[in-house]
Amino acid sequence: MLIATALSVVQTKRLFAVVMLSGVFSLLSALLFVMLDAVDVAFTEAAVGAGISTVLMLGTLALTSRTERTPTRSSLIPLLVVVVTGAVLVYGTMDMPNFGLADTPANNHIAAEFLKQSPHEIGIPNVVTAILASYRGYDTLGEVVVVFTAGIGVLLLIGQLGRRRRKGKGGKV
Amino acid sequence: MASGFTWDFIVGHLNYWMFIVLMMTGFYIVVARGNLVKKIAGLNIFQTSVFMLYISIGKVTGGTAPIFPADMNIDPETVYSNPVPHVLILTAIVVGVATTALGLALIVRIREEYDTIEEDVILEAERKIAAKENRAYGDAMGGRA
Amino acid sequence: MRHHLILRVITKLLVGPIMLFALYVQFHGDFSPGGGFQAGVIFAVAFILYGIVFGLHKVQHVFPPWLVHKMMALGALIYAGTGVVSLFLNHTYLDYSALAHHPEHGQHYGIFAVELGVGVTVSAVMVAIYYAFAARPPRLSDEEW
Repeated sequence: MLIATALSVVQTKRLFAVVMLSGVFSLLSALLFVMLDAVDVAFTEAAVGAGISTVLMLGTLALTSRTERTPTRSSLIPLLVVVVTGAVLVYGTMDMPNFGLADTPANNHIAAEFLKQSPHEIGIPNVVTAILASYRGYDTLGEVVVVFTAGIGVLLLIGQLGRRRRKGKGGKV
Repeated sequence: MASGFTWDFIVGHLNYWMFIVLMMTGFYIVVARGNLVKKIAGLNIFQTSVFMLYISIGKVTGGTAPIFPADMNIDPETVYSNPVPHVLILTAIVVGVATTALGLALIVRIREEYDTIEEDVILEAERKIAAKENRAYGDAMGGRA
Repeated sequence: MRHHLILRVITKLLVGPIMLFALYVQFHGDFSPGGGFQAGVIFAVAFILYGIVFGLHKVQHVFPPWLVHKMMALGALIYAGTGVVSLFLNHTYLDYSALAHHPEHGQHYGIFAVELGVGVTVSAVMVAIYYAFAARPPRLSDEEW
């Protein structure tokens, strides 16, 4: 179903439908995250992907245009590039452990340590929150600053920060 | 790969291959389509499939979500999925939407400058501007350049 | 959207519960899925929904842009400030054990403060981005959709 949605994004010309389909895609992937035990991530994806980014993309469409022109270039070279990259990636997965095994490297080093220690050291039930805010506090601080910076960037590009100053000149900002 | 393509191997890797197909679909949209909004949509698909790859690495069969019971009486028999990828992806989603918003803001500005969001048209306009500037500077330098 | 009576009534009913749910997600994040990132987004969604249905002026009357811009910075400062406090209490940066006599309680307070900072920044940034997009004069009229 996810793949069907993604493929229809490729085909659709009407950008309104593209935006709606990408919202559907986010919601479906949130379902997949629940299946994979990542409830926090599913929560975020449903709120962010299906909610905020759909609204933002619709806002952009209102400011730009609704339809896509038919591409003039041939799509053969991009297709070739994509197939080659995909083949390389599939080759890369050959060495990966099977899905769902408990003794993979990713599940053993630090994750097991976190799961064992956090009840004593942090004492809150949600391990994801414990790691997010405490063990990896620097990381999250960085992420917050990135979000902050992106917000400043948007404001500088299309915000009203300069309007008050330039009002006297009468020009459109 | 000495073990070859056994049934176990294929079933165990099928999900990774699914995510790679999704990833490549997003990549194709980014590379082949000229419309900037559609490029952003493709980038979102790419991003989400990377998230799925990470989360599926952390999944343990028979495991449950990494949240202890509220009274902290942890049953040692319970298997929990790996919480570390969840943390990484959780923050990455929010950062992703912030950067998406930045890209969309750039698109809005581009539309205001060039009155289009198609890559080909923008490139053509750029080329015209460059040619005009070249001519202007060339005249100023007395026909050379 | 002046003529959509049903949308207006439903929005009025929904905005309150959405905000309440956001606060629940924010402060109950220690025990169930949730936390600052999700709560911030949900909180912002309440304002965005109100703005879409009732118009930008009304929502900016409730939550003026200057306040949004201050809150963006305030959240990041709460987060960084928590680290500085633990620094002054003879611990390393962002070591919450310093915040109370019992290290576990200190961790509780620290996570609480940090998540609050995350929530404030994320919600303010999302609302600010929405304001920036919505304040531009639209190019398409309602009928064209």
